[in-house]
Amino acid sequence: MKKKSNATTAMVFNTMPEAPQKKKFCRFKKNGIKYLDYKDGNFLLKFVNDQGKVLPRRLTGTSLKYQRKVAQAIKRARHIAVLPFTGDSLK
Amino acid sequence: MATKTKSKKTETVVLKDYESVIIFTPVLSDEQLKDAVAKYRKLITDEAGELVHEENWGLTKLAYPIQKKSTGFYHLYEFRSKPDFISKLELAFRRDERIMRYLSVSLDKHAVIYNQRKRNGEFNQGKKDQKQEGAK
Repeated sequence: MKKKSNATTAMVFNTMPEAPQKKKFCRFKKNGIKYLDYKDGNFLLKFVNDQGKVLPRRLTGTSLKYQRKVAQAIKRARHIAVLPFTGDSLK
Repeated sequence: MATKTKSKKTETVVLKDYESVIIFTPVLSDEQLKDAVAKYRKLITDEAGELVHEENWGLTKLAYPIQKKSTGFYHLYEFRSKPDFISKLELAFRRDERIMRYLSVSLDKHAVIYNQRKRNGEFNQGKKDQKQEGAK
C-alpha cells in the first residue's frame, strides 16, 4: 500500500512543482520584439506543437497581446505554405 | 456637401505600407519568371508609386502541396500605395495562371522597422539570442 501511494505521489510531485518554480515570462515583452514575421517558419515552429497546432498561452507564457500576433502570423504562414496546416512530426 | 467631399479627396493621398508574397508555379522557365516578376513590378511602380523592396527566394519547398506541386518560386514585393490599389493588384494575381498563391498584408509601423532592419542585416545577432532563449 505505502509503496504504491508513494509512487503515485512521486509522479504527481515530479510533474507538478517544476512548472511553478520557473516563473513563466512573455518572450516578446522581455526581448522587446514588436513584430512577428510570418515568413520566418523556423521561429514560428516554437509556438506550434508537433501536429502543427498553435500552442496555448499557458504553455508558452506569451502575453495575450502577443499571443494574438503569434496566431495571426501562424495563420499567414500556413497560407503561403511556410508552415503546414497539419503534420505528424514537425519537430 | 459637394465642396466637403471634394476637399476630402484632395486631402487624403495617404500612402500605406504593404507587402505581397506571391508563389509562382515551378513549371515556369527562368525567363517566364522574370517576365512575370517584371510585370507586377511595373504594375506596382506605375499605379502605386513606390516599390520599397523586392526579394526573390528562388525555388522553395512548400510545406504542403498546392495544385499538386510541392515547390514554388516565392517572390516578395514591399511597396507603398493607396489602399484601393490592393484590390486591383489582387485581381491581377487571381487572373494570372502562373500564380498559385498570393498574400497581401498591410504593414504596421513595427513591421516596417523590422523589414528595414532585416534588410540591413541587423538580425543575425538578434536571432541567435532568440534561439538561445528558446533553448532554455
